[in-house]
Amino acid sequence: MSEAPTIDNSETEQVHTVAIRFAGDSGDGMQLAGARFTDASAIFGNDLSTFANFPAEIRAPAGTLPGVSSFQVHIADRDILTPGDQPDVLVAMNPAALKANLMDLAPAGIIVINTDAFDERNLARAGYAVNPLEDGSLDAYRVLKVPMEDLTKRALEGSGVKGRDALRSKNFFAVGLMTWMFQRPLEPTLEWIASKFAREPEVKAANELAFRAGFNLGETTEMFRHTYRVQPARLPAGTYTNVTGNQALAWGIMAAGQAARLPIFYASYPITPASDILHELARHRNFGVRTFQAEDEIAAAGAALGASFAGHLGVTGTSGPGLALKSETISLALMTELPLLIIDVQRGGPSTGLPTKTEQADLLMAMYGRHGESPLPIVAVATPADAFEVVVEAARIALKYMTPVILLSDGYIGTSTEPWLLPDLATLPDISVPFTVAPNGPDATFIPYLRDAKTLARPWAVPGTPGLEHRLGGLEKDGAGNVSYTPENHERMTLLREGKIRGIAADIPDAVVDADDGADVLVIGWGSSYGAILAGVRRVRAQGKKVARIHLRHLNPFPPNLGAVIGGYRRVLVPELNRGQLSRMLRAEYLIDATSYPKVQGQPFKAAEIEAKLTEMIG
Amino acid sequence: MTTGAKYTRQDFQTDQEVRWCPGCGDYTILASVQNFMAEMGVDKEKIVFVSGIGCASRFPYYMNTYGVHAIHGRAPAIASGIAVARPELSVWVVAGDGDAMSIGGNHLIHALRRNINLKILVFNNQIYGLTKGQYSPTSELGKRTKSSPSGSIDFPFNPVSLALGAEATFVARTIDMDRAHTTEILNRAYEHKGSAFVEIYQNCNVFNDKAFIALTGKEERDLNRIPLVHGEKVVFGPDRDRGVIIEGGTARIVSVADVGIDAIHVHDATAASAGPAYALSRLSHGPFGPTPIGVFRSVDRPVYEETLQQQIHDAQAKKGGGDLAALIASAGTWTVA
Ligand code: SF4
Repeated sequence: MSEAPTIDNSETEQVHTVAIRFAGDSGDGMQLAGARFTDASAIFGNDLSTFANFPAEIRAPAGTLPGVSSFQVHIADRDILTPGDQPDVLVAMNPAALKANLMDLAPAGIIVINTDAFDERNLARAGYAVNPLEDGSLDAYRVLKVPMEDLTKRALEGSGVKGRDALRSKNFFAVGLMTWMFQRPLEPTLEWIASKFAREPEVKAANELAFRAGFNLGETTEMFRHTYRVQPARLPAGTYTNVTGNQALAWGIMAAGQAARLPIFYASYPITPASDILHELARHRNFGVRTFQAEDEIAAAGAALGASFAGHLGVTGTSGPGLALKSETISLALMTELPLLIIDVQRGGPSTGLPTKTEQADLLMAMYGRHGESPLPIVAVATPADAFEVVVEAARIALKYMTPVILLSDGYIGTSTEPWLLPDLATLPDISVPFTVAPNGPDATFIPYLRDAKTLARPWAVPGTPGLEHRLGGLEKDGAGNVSYTPENHERMTLLREGKIRGIAADIPDAVVDADDGADVLVIGWGSSYGAILAGVRRVRAQGKKVARIHLRHLNPFPPNLGAVIGGYRRVLVPELNRGQLSRMLRAEYLIDATSYPKVQGQPFKAAEIEAKLTEMIG
Repeated sequence: MTTGAKYTRQDFQTDQEVRWCPGCGDYTILASVQNFMAEMGVDKEKIVFVSGIGCASRFPYYMNTYGVHAIHGRAPAIASGIAVARPELSVWVVAGDGDAMSIGGNHLIHALRRNINLKILVFNNQIYGLTKGQYSPTSELGKRTKSSPSGSIDFPFNPVSLALGAEATFVARTIDMDRAHTTEILNRAYEHKGSAFVEIYQNCNVFNDKAFIALTGKEERDLNRIPLVHGEKVVFGPDRDRGVIIEGGTARIVSVADVGIDAIHVHDATAASAGPAYALSRLSHGPFGPTPIGVFRSVDRPVYEETLQQQIHDAQAKKGGGDLAALIASAGTWTVA
């Protein structure tokens, strides 16, 4: 509710945007609650953006600060770009959730509190010496005290679900209450409960009862005089679905297989936050998708590469530590010049770092984190829905240029959602590359490294093709593919591999420049900072200031016009969730004095941070 | 094995100069494999050799089939991808002892337990050859090498025990010099459905010469080779007067005269339990005395890629071939006019 509400007579306030954060213990089902509320809002027609924040531990000690899990959803009647810098409403299921999230809440925001959890034990676990509900510390907010556990239990009386089991439904009570407060339709959630728990009639009934009880409480209780209404957004016409980045990525991989007319072979080792891609693809055997849960990250890369050698589209997905382990195999893919797609859903590092938090700090590893001179193309995803298109682009480059390609996503994109205008699959580019089936050398021989004059790609002949039997390997070879250790040859081949990747620049679109005439400052972003940067830029423009913006999808090679565009601005600002990795690449490539705006807190940028930085720079 | 004369050994030779040291056991194995491939009856374009790094791993360069000379230890992983993607191919892995059991140990055991249709040939010479003579995971305790001048303190693997422990469905051992036996084992491995682990004792005449003399020397070999023949009593020696009994899960060498022929263990490679095969594998912990040679175990278990194909087939029968647009829309949609 970042804009002044207009109150009408029916006690329903019309607001343009509102950000709600559901927070509780990691066992309280807050991710689920947020997702239900989000889906109902999507179906209602709001634009939205979500952000999931959860602990690395599956069950951190109950009631403690490290155990707090939260889900923020930002809904709007217009186009929005971020999950919201500050929630307007905080649903706090216990003292720890209140304590961990209160500092983010907007001034005079609403706090909906599950008072039943505010007992001595939970207060102590959260480190409260005094009960914040009683010491006046929340006076600056609008506090709605709801004994959610007691009310849930009472709602379930007679349902057969009792005691601790009944308490499990309290997240649906909270969803019900929010559904009333923000005038969401009930049906999407009821339908979801009915289909999800179709085989567990007791659980289904309990969740329905709790959900309705939450809704009814709002309707019948004096305490909740106000409801808020966020009208449907005027999004471009079409049919939408709400998608997470990992889901869009998985579907994009399937689309890439169709666009390339190749079977998909996805090999992966479980790792947060990339595992959902494996889960999604494993469900779709009927599409002919082969998933392979390997014994380790190295084997996952190896199996994917083997599948590529055999004529499939080999894909391996991971997060930072896994990318480090795969580097040896990526170098082999580079040397054998086989297509391979490597997906890195980045998380906070180094080492195990912040496994459930986001970061963009693997860019330089993707760029340089291999032995020897080993350049390869890198593309990055900007938003959850963008993942679908970017993965097809990554596959296009891998197949056309016979090279491994690294695709960078991150935990924020992977787990957050946005409305996605359903893609028209008929417009997918044809990225198929025919296998070589005939000899290409003298005397009906096959020369595996005879290159296409334009792309420098070598032919792809797969096992089963008579007469084209050949051996690939990691040893340096001469132009024809025979092992060669001669000094000049190694240099020639190194330059050739480098030139092949550089040449891709001519085959990618120019960077789109979103510029005000006369702007001095150019912001260059990449990856998941897209929404915060654009929102920040809009705010600066709303103040009448001029600014230019580029968001890069291709990080190696850079778009062909990038150098010339940069040359047109006095200052370049590079915000990124690392210590200045893209900024370093830009400095090295274009010899410019780029200003880095780094952030490494495991959290995305806020629009306000970008706005403040730009305001400071522009003056 | 078909005996059709479609190919000769020459068809499997490449134009690459073979670069092993003169006298290396790898030459003999290469000849055995090329001869066997000519007899095997599989079109050569459907054969893939995958190797890691090491002397043995040069193998694919000398086989005129499809091949990948990959990364140290990773051959089983890469080969798994090939076999799972294309179950109709005949995929062979060639690895040395260091490659298969040290740096690649993890990939080896998992390929075996999954029962992917890979024929894994481990050339065990009990030394690192390509890196010039360090002790390997199968070198005997006390072995003095460049990296163990005071004697190795690493307890070695028993490769056959390791493979059995890794749930392999086919486990065999043969010897480079014995080409007839090697060929027989290659054929058995080929005909087995699923992963096959074949340990081949291979002489490295440069860094570990005569490591297998107890099994290859003219005087010693008949004394020490314990031939394992399915369905037959395990007896050995020039006069077949020594035998093996298994008591309480432990195998022991006895004089046949002492225990009576009825007490001698009858080898059953297809036994449901891997116990007897494991007991036999423990008769020697290195080729220094009486050592079983042959097929330890050969049992049927669903083959990974066949089961995967079946899952794909079943899913398609049930849900149809898959409509991506419908899938994307299945999560709930709304329309903006
Ligand atoms: S070092 Fe040993 S194993 Fe390697 S080629 Fe020479 S003899 Fe053969």
